[in-house]
Amino acid sequence: MKQFIAFVKKEFHHIMRDNRTLLIILGMPVVEILLFGFAINMEVQDIRVAFYDPTPDDFTTGIAERIRQNSYFNYQGKMQSMEEMEESMRKGKLDLAVVFPQKFQESMVHSGKAAVQLLSNSSDPNRGSISVTYASAIIAGFQQEQADLIQIPFRIETENRMIYNPLMKSSYMFVPGIMGLVLMIICTIMTSVSIVREKERGTMEVLLASPLKQGTMIFAKTIPYMVISFIDFIIILLLSYFVLGVPVNGSLLLLFLVAILYITLTLSYGLTVSTLVDKQVNAVIFSATTAMIPVLMLSGMIFPIDNMPMVLQTLSAIVPARWFIEAVRKVMIQGLGITMIWKEMLILIGMILFLLGVTIAKTKKRLE
Amino acid sequence: MSVKVIEVSGLTKKFGNFTAVDHITFDVEEGEIFGFLGANGAGKTTAMQMLCGISMPTAGAGTVAGYDIIKENELIKRNIGYMSQKFSLYEDLRVWENIRLFGGIYGLSDKVIATKTNALLEKLNFQKERNTLVKYLPLGWKQKLAFSVAIFHEPKIVFLDEPTGGVDPAMRRQFWEMIYEAADQGITVFVTTHYMDEAEYCNRVSIMVDGHIDALDTPAALRRQFSADSMDEVFRQLARKAKRGD
Amino acid sequence: MIEVENLNKSYRKGKIKALNGISFKVNDGEVFGVIGPDGAGKSSLFRILASLILPDSGTATMNRHDVVKDYRKVRQIIGYMPGRFSLYQDLSVEENLTFFATLFNTTIEENYHLIKDIYQQIEPFKDRRAGALSGGMKQKLALSCALIHKPEILILDEPTTGVDPVSRKEFWDMLGRLKEQGITILVSTAYMDEASRCDRIALIREGEFIASSTPQGIIDNYADILWSVEGSRMSALLEALRGHSEVKTSFAFGDKIHITVTERLQAGELKQYLSEKEFSDVRIAPIKPTVEDCFMALTN
Repeated sequence: MKQFIAFVKKEFHHIMRDNRTLLIILGMPVVEILLFGFAINMEVQDIRVAFYDPTPDDFTTGIAERIRQNSYFNYQGKMQSMEEMEESMRKGKLDLAVVFPQKFQESMVHSGKAAVQLLSNSSDPNRGSISVTYASAIIAGFQQEQADLIQIPFRIETENRMIYNPLMKSSYMFVPGIMGLVLMIICTIMTSVSIVREKERGTMEVLLASPLKQGTMIFAKTIPYMVISFIDFIIILLLSYFVLGVPVNGSLLLLFLVAILYITLTLSYGLTVSTLVDKQVNAVIFSATTAMIPVLMLSGMIFPIDNMPMVLQTLSAIVPARWFIEAVRKVMIQGLGITMIWKEMLILIGMILFLLGVTIAKTKKRLE
Repeated sequence: MSVKVIEVSGLTKKFGNFTAVDHITFDVEEGEIFGFLGANGAGKTTAMQMLCGISMPTAGAGTVAGYDIIKENELIKRNIGYMSQKFSLYEDLRVWENIRLFGGIYGLSDKVIATKTNALLEKLNFQKERNTLVKYLPLGWKQKLAFSVAIFHEPKIVFLDEPTGGVDPAMRRQFWEMIYEAADQGITVFVTTHYMDEAEYCNRVSIMVDGHIDALDTPAALRRQFSADSMDEVFRQLARKAKRGD
Repeated sequence: MIEVENLNKSYRKGKIKALNGISFKVNDGEVFGVIGPDGAGKSSLFRILASLILPDSGTATMNRHDVVKDYRKVRQIIGYMPGRFSLYQDLSVEENLTFFATLFNTTIEENYHLIKDIYQQIEPFKDRRAGALSGGMKQKLALSCALIHKPEILILDEPTTGVDPVSRKEFWDMLGRLKEQGITILVSTAYMDEASRCDRIALIREGEFIASSTPQGIIDNYADILWSVEGSRMSALLEALRGHSEVKTSFAFGDKIHITVTERLQAGELKQYLSEKEFSDVRIAPIKPTVEDCFMALTN
């Protein structure tokens, strides 16, 4: 036990005395939140929209009215023909075209369904897809309203806000993503580097030749990073809440639980990486490539998973951050309880066990 | 009157409040084998860096290979050779590739490099190893090759920073015989070493203590001066007075 | 006590044979030196004995504990100091020492008497970061860290490499005092002159022991006739000597040249030969060989 504590102390010394790295791991979350919060505006504004409505009725008018009144949209007018619409889009004068079929309301009432075509100018794919998303949301809202004829208006509105906000306000989308990214970087990269550094510097030799158990050493090395990453998690939470106005609707305790699970997972991954590489530089590259990039691209942090091709969606399933982000969104933004995130938590636990298993199997008690 | 290849006076280097090299003055003649000794931390490495044109002196003046230490340090770099224990050749390049690389760095033409490479390999009896990666050469061979590469471009002076650490005693001597040969051809050799017997191979030796040069003479004269049997003993007497380091 | 029996080790699937049938024994309380150049196999041997790598074949026991099967026990009783004094550069002297003490489930106070001599020299710098120490001080700190748990056997892998001659001498003085405490010391070095400070030595070259005995024993086994030649113009003198048919080998040794000669040769004859070659002020004398002379004779 004394060995363990001495080792943990040593690890804290190393971290505290490395000013540059300390600045990065404590400053990074702050920088990212502020960047994403203020500088990078993922929202799409000023969507130029036009309608093609051959047989206007209450429904189509209702929907069109909704869209027109939405501040993100910029109403361009009614088109007289599909050709006009295509011409406008080709000339770059139109971002989104909403095309209603013939006799929309009639179809809805008689057969229970009707389709609306949304054509977006996807020369900027991001903008294009988000325009469609916004418009779909509005339409879905309209539909919901029609379905809930018994509901009291203000009740409906409240529900709308909750469901649609994650799409409208990008900060709701990326705050969990930033958490996932930052924690991954700190825990995976830093932990793996810390262990590999001992190998590179030669001190690993001396440790191996002592009665210290490998398990004690590994565990002791993860403790400081666990502490730091938890502090970072709290920093992110505080900044998001007070500076960006992101709510914490669910149980704080549950949120912490999810965070701890995820932190454990990223630490485990760092340990796994350390058994695979021998040089610090390789640890960084390996961690960055296999951890950071998938998190940025596939976890749903920036790009919505549902919009991805099937192949990538499947790939996204093995990116731990994806499940973490989903769980955090559900708890933090939607205020759901543990029963709704059991799937995510189970997957995270499974990944932890797998990674720890690999680590234990590959940890050597000798130099070779 | 022989040519002075190194001439420095009052050479000083400070790092903040710390004076690593404290007003050293000395000169080295052409074709001399000059031993530059001192304990770790005495200022040897810093002094050498200034002589090689890599580091700017805080005070003092001097010339190396005829070029001013302060104003013409880039020219100095081009006209000297350098070899250290820590780094000399690229381990994952072949023997001939290393020669070509360093020949090119010092501005030799391809044709000259090719001719000289053949001559060099023949002299060292290395023709068989022409295509071998340097990392697979035994240490003694690496060092001989490194030295040859360092003087490949026939510089006026070659700086050797602890070149013979950890080598087989026979190899070490063969290495020094290469140094003798180079000196005979007029190349000045400026060498630092921790092997005191190697100090004896030098024409003259200087010993740095706490940033100054506390002794400079032929090994024989120094032994007489300090009533010592060996350079080892001379060194120890001087080092005992040192305040820096241990 | 260390007992090594026929140790073999290769790297790169047999292409590089680091150790080739090494066998030897070190008695309790002995200082045993393994002397040889870089690449001879010293580090591989020491790592096997420290239980850090596995031999391909052969056995070794450290105080009766097998290095392969009982590696846990071995790791409790040895103090290991690898090359490059593996210390934590950004921890202070005291922090390093405390860490290693705790690692071995002891405290600095418990065994302070063991390291007192050594540590006192660096104690004034106890708050300084290890990375900022000079080579000699690092060496002393590394030794202290290896000793702090009172090991039964001390394994020092090239502890004096890269350190100035004064510190080297002091280090060996310290080892001598440690021996008095009853610690068995196994040490390797590339500096041949350090051989005389060991109780027994083994000369190692390319994975094999080419001689193993007390330093005096190795010298006594020297089979050649050894003379020293003193004169000026060393380089030319060497060449002249090598040209003489009765001179077998000539090598520079500091300011003298050591030559091995056939039985037939007389000193006067050689002097004559040399003065004919314009070396008039030579002094020739028979000398006793040093360990270095022995090493070179054995490797020729």
